[in-house]
Amino acid sequence: MQSNRRVFLKGSMAASAVGLAIGAGLLTPRAVMAAAWPQAAYDAKGFDDALKGIFGVSGATESKDITVKAPDIAENGAVVPVTVESAVAGTDNIAIMVKGNPNPLVCNFKFDGAQPFLSTRIRMGKTDNVIGVAHAGGKLYMAEKQVKVTIGGCGG
Amino acid sequence: MSSIKMRISAAGDVLDVKSLIEQVMESGRMKDKATGQLIPANYIQTLTVAVNDKVMVEANLSVAVSKNPYINVKVPGKKGDKVTIAYTTNEGKTDTQTETA
Repeated sequence: MQSNRRVFLKGSMAASAVGLAIGAGLLTPRAVMAAAWPQAAYDAKGFDDALKGIFGVSGATESKDITVKAPDIAENGAVVPVTVESAVAGTDNIAIMVKGNPNPLVCNFKFDGAQPFLSTRIRMGKTDNVIGVAHAGGKLYMAEKQVKVTIGGCGG
Repeated sequence: MSSIKMRISAAGDVLDVKSLIEQVMESGRMKDKATGQLIPANYIQTLTVAVNDKVMVEANLSVAVSKNPYINVKVPGKKGDKVTIAYTTNEGKTDTQTETA
């Protein structure tokens, strides 16, 4: 009787250990799949800090090869359509920035085979320049476009 | 039903992928008018676009992207290829949608 009880306890302990291992195993692939979100870059309050955080380099040069399309006047700062395209050869990463927002970095798209083109809708607090920054061959290229915002998109 | 809507148009060897994702993109800075409490942040942080299971675009988004984000990218591919969009929010919620071009 006593020995049976020992056996049973041992058995259940082993089973729970297996359960834990499976649980951990299920969690890992998901963590690997989703690349870590670059918290520091998105928390950065300075333009250059954000660039450094996302690309590892700062100091972007103005380039005619970068196209930033955005409206001249946006009535609603909560929805500003922006399109950024890069004609610089070897562009692998494009970021959209708004200097005057609480955190200048809006989003960045890493291209691995896709065309260096991205179009989305962003929030702007006030009239400001929308900046498209492209990373190619370890260097940064940028272009900006002013958007006049009638109603800011950050307040409530 | 998935929160991701997609429209794909094929032009030659390029797929123009337009997608609309239903997500609040809450910044964590807004207050609930009724209670005066801050609404917790809830937004998409990472998003990937894959063609036939090969990831072509890896994007990071922030709260400065509008509510119900619209994303338009151009990926190589042809009619019949499978395009998959997947995202993860700051709360760890995920969604994914696959459509055939």
